[in-house]
Amino acid sequence: MSNPVFDQIKNVIDSNDVVLFMKGTADFPSCGFSAKVTHILSDLGVSFKDVNILEDDSLRQGLKEFSSWPTFPQLYIKGELVGGCDIVREMYASGELAQLLKEKSIACN
Amino acid sequence: MDVSEIEERLKTAFPDADIDVGALKKDGRHFYCKISAKEFTGKNKVQQHQLVYKALGDYLQQDLHALALQTEAPST
Repeated sequence: MSNPVFDQIKNVIDSNDVVLFMKGTADFPSCGFSAKVTHILSDLGVSFKDVNILEDDSLRQGLKEFSSWPTFPQLYIKGELVGGCDIVREMYASGELAQLLKEKSIACN
Repeated sequence: MDVSEIEERLKTAFPDADIDVGALKKDGRHFYCKISAKEFTGKNKVQQHQLVYKALGDYLQQDLHALALQTEAPST
């Protein structure tokens, strides 16, 4: 059975190397955790697609199911869930995030 | 929702784990949680966090705003 919200999510993560599902936008994050991940990606000089889940409640609910992940932000790199704020912060601090981006051939600092 | 409810759920799901739960703010919506559990062995961070979220289940669908989560497999 096809699920239109899942199709919508797959379409976004398949057509963008780096996607951040977040509260608010990259320019105006409306939650501290989303802001934190936005800053980390900016620090690394990574361009990414921001998706504001506050604007679409069916997307917000569908994504929780799609990812088995109940909170936001959610960072996807090359179609794969990398994590939420805590994981991204840990990976950034240890240098793993930069390494992962390089491995995936995504331009970053 | 309070700290003891979260702690109880986690102890049920991870009986032998080292669990530290606390409040980040006094609003009953922001919590932190550190867990070291053998169930995490061989799993990556995403999978470890997913196990915790699964254990908390519908608690997270209520008005919990944030759970700062640190997971690790025991080193022994």
